[in-house]
Amino acid sequence: MEIEREQQIDYTGKKIGMWFFLFTELLFFGGMFLLYSVYRYRFPKEFHEGAMGENLLIGSINTAVLLTSSLSIAMSISAIKKGNKNLSSLLQVVTILLGIVFLIDKYFEWMEKISQGIYPNSPILLQHRDGEILFFSLYYVMTGIHGLHVLIGIVAISFMVAFTQREVITKENFSKLENSGLYWHFVDIVWIYLFPLFYLIT
Amino acid sequence: MDAAKKTDRTESHIVGYRTYVYVWVALLLLLGMTIAAAKAYFSKYSVLVNLLIASVKAVLVLVFFMHLKYEGRFLKGLVLLTVLVLTSIIALTFSDVWFR
Repeated sequence: MEIEREQQIDYTGKKIGMWFFLFTELLFFGGMFLLYSVYRYRFPKEFHEGAMGENLLIGSINTAVLLTSSLSIAMSISAIKKGNKNLSSLLQVVTILLGIVFLIDKYFEWMEKISQGIYPNSPILLQHRDGEILFFSLYYVMTGIHGLHVLIGIVAISFMVAFTQREVITKENFSKLENSGLYWHFVDIVWIYLFPLFYLIT
Repeated sequence: MDAAKKTDRTESHIVGYRTYVYVWVALLLLLGMTIAAAKAYFSKYSVLVNLLIASVKAVLVLVFFMHLKYEGRFLKGLVLLTVLVLTSIIALTFSDVWFR
């Protein structure tokens, strides 16, 4: 016998819970940005030269890709609030595809570096000056952990597509999607700062 | 019991597609600006300019895409507090590093 319970949905609680998690993420990435800034202050020339070797075109494209993916996930939330299930799903899929493009670009970037013998603890890298070793180590760690977050976001939004299609996420009940969106926007913001620090420093 | 629904008006607030697109265009323009700024100037203020532009972009994403503009003061206060904590940590660290 099924007992019907009235479902209490704490929309505000769920949202604030997600924001609290994002605060921990901000301090997590913030710690790495702090490392970067201190070592950049100590080795300005080496950091500048390290950044000169970065592929500005791919970096810029990646920035535009993530910004657009933030647009699509934001619109997908408005869509489900308007009851437009299919548009919302479509926009979520667009977000996922753009995320995959970002990761593919990152793959090409890393492969190019690795083929030049520059990767954490490589014999070639260890022959460089201290500042350069620091720059590339920070590059790999920070873009790597950021890329991992992009991957996690892609997986999460994939679940959201399924939930939206199966009407687990609805016009009345969309916290999962909104919180996934918040996570994705945060990942975008981290990249917004990573991009100038690794590609644009003069 | 609809009390839960009615206490958070932000839940039913829908941001229009057009607003989002305008913000996106602004973000892309800022991206163009930051790349141009990096290539053009070679002064020591370049870093500051780039970080400022990045911060404008971050604020746009926070305020519009992350809905912060339409949220209550509690949440806005929390976000501000966290940013201040991070800023303080960086500032305090540099108050040491600068004088070594």
